[in-house]
Amino acid sequence: MYENKKLGFLFVLPFVLGVLLFKLFPFVMSFALSFTQYDLIDPPQFVGLQNYRELAADDPLFRKSLGVTLLFAVLAVPLRVGFALFIAHVLNFKLRGINFFRAAFYIPSILGGSIAVAVLWRFVFARQGLVNLVLARFGIEPIPWLADEHYAMWTIVLLFTWQFGSAMVIFLAALQNVSISLYEAAECDGASRAQQFWKITVPLITPVIFFNMIMQMVQAFQEFNGPYMITEGGPLHSTYVLALYIYDQSFRFFNLGYGAALSWVLFALVGGLALLSFWSSRYWVFYSGEKETKR
Amino acid sequence: MSGAHARSGQVKEAANMSNKGEVSATTGHGALVLGRDQGNRWLRYAALGAVALVMLYPLLWLVGASFKTNAEIFSSAGFWPSRWDVSAYAKGWKTSTEYTFATYFLNSFLITLPRIVVTVVSCVMVAYAFARFEFWGRKLLFSIMIATMMLPLIVLRLPQYLVFREIGWLDSYLPLIVPSAFATDTFFVFMLVQFLRGIPRDMEEAAQIDGCNAWQLLWHIIVPLLKPAIISVVVFQFIWTMNDFMGPLIYLASVEKYPVSLALKMSIGATEEVEWGNVIAISVVALIPSVAVFFAAQKHFIEGATSSGVKG
Repeated sequence: MYENKKLGFLFVLPFVLGVLLFKLFPFVMSFALSFTQYDLIDPPQFVGLQNYRELAADDPLFRKSLGVTLLFAVLAVPLRVGFALFIAHVLNFKLRGINFFRAAFYIPSILGGSIAVAVLWRFVFARQGLVNLVLARFGIEPIPWLADEHYAMWTIVLLFTWQFGSAMVIFLAALQNVSISLYEAAECDGASRAQQFWKITVPLITPVIFFNMIMQMVQAFQEFNGPYMITEGGPLHSTYVLALYIYDQSFRFFNLGYGAALSWVLFALVGGLALLSFWSSRYWVFYSGEKETKR
Repeated sequence: MSGAHARSGQVKEAANMSNKGEVSATTGHGALVLGRDQGNRWLRYAALGAVALVMLYPLLWLVGASFKTNAEIFSSAGFWPSRWDVSAYAKGWKTSTEYTFATYFLNSFLITLPRIVVTVVSCVMVAYAFARFEFWGRKLLFSIMIATMMLPLIVLRLPQYLVFREIGWLDSYLPLIVPSAFATDTFFVFMLVQFLRGIPRDMEEAAQIDGCNAWQLLWHIIVPLLKPAIISVVVFQFIWTMNDFMGPLIYLASVEKYPVSLALKMSIGATEEVEWGNVIAISVVALIPSVAVFFAAQKHFIEGATSSGVKG
């Protein structure tokens, strides 16, 4: 029965249609649109590479936005993944109440994308918000988190980091597979805990670190709700990430061709970085299965 | 911030100190080390507790603030309101539009529930095919699925919008629901496939010998076995769809069709004269369904989420 190819294909058919209709077709269409000028009223006009030329040559806002996006990813991804790994490491001991902590650390990652949390963040970092009220108790002057271009980025980076829970549970599962005998052996040889962490734990879960890095990177480059709701891209475009710029060009100014070109730049950026990661993974990601076959 | 810094330092210290204790505690020898571990254990609890408090306090504060007056919201970092005032909930619920949040919640559920149903049906079918059948192009399709998980959705938004506009689906819930009927939420397919791969085929083989066909197998054997993973799909899709903001923002135009996320955004649209207390109260209410669902299914849910990432 399992060799019944027709039936198998029947079951997978929704997915095939879904990919064609809702993934591949829009994907190709957006590529085609990026070579046009289109405002939803007149039919699209082919303009060749003009959109790309414009954003490369004379669009300071694009350059600003690109820089902001890269900065956001460079700050937010390592912070989230690092924090997730670290907390998972601390949790990975047979502690009583681990379920409580696991749930507590997980909650932000499921609520974090909601508008309600974006609202909360505005209060937390408002001039007289929670953070400044707490700082005041320590005699620290209030910081204009949302009004100063140097601080605004940190509010959305912290929001992203705060949601480390989903990466954390994946790390936790991986850590629980690391054999205890390895630590025992290291212990006998006199390795410190820090050495054990860096020389045993980290190398053994590099595939999972890699997985989390890639997935979080893809997410970071698409971050929209935070900048849209909390900082509204400002001040002085200091949090004007590409996702926001694409949204504005496409759905507010109705420069659909230009919006498509921008989204392809974002896609190329993410794709390029993903390829680079895959290439680099040969040097730092170790799959235990592979090693065994070599032996 | 310096406080948080010091705390994370503590965590590190606690983690480092505890490693040794753990190793011997779980293997059962070295009582001396175990004894020393007791002290570290408390340190570790303290550190974890501190991090949890820092992380969750903003959410707690939000709940407390929903009962405070506007002046108190911006002057007190404490959780406890000086007076428990529920009027913000009543006012926030009524909104400044002609609809109450009852409408917006109903709308959210009208999007979320059908979407969950079609997601589960389509994803289970597709996962069944990937995990249990040999068919032409299976490997290629599976790679495509993995690749689309990494595709930034924002690239697809604009053309999808144009397509839905062309077929007259704008300002309806169809663009938010129909794609999910085609297993486009590939994360779930992946999760279910991984889960199915971990289940031995013995039961299916036995049922086959007894004359079950593929549909009967799916319904009577696979679906019951997949239950924990299906619960994860339901919970994830519920929370993500309730949280979804960009989709409704793009596709919906009339206020009467707004889900909670959009209505909440609208309530702080006119920032200047806004009663912040009302916004906070409604934010609390908006979070309740997701929090409730999370706690109801917490155990299955985290385990299901976990199985997706690692076994690959």
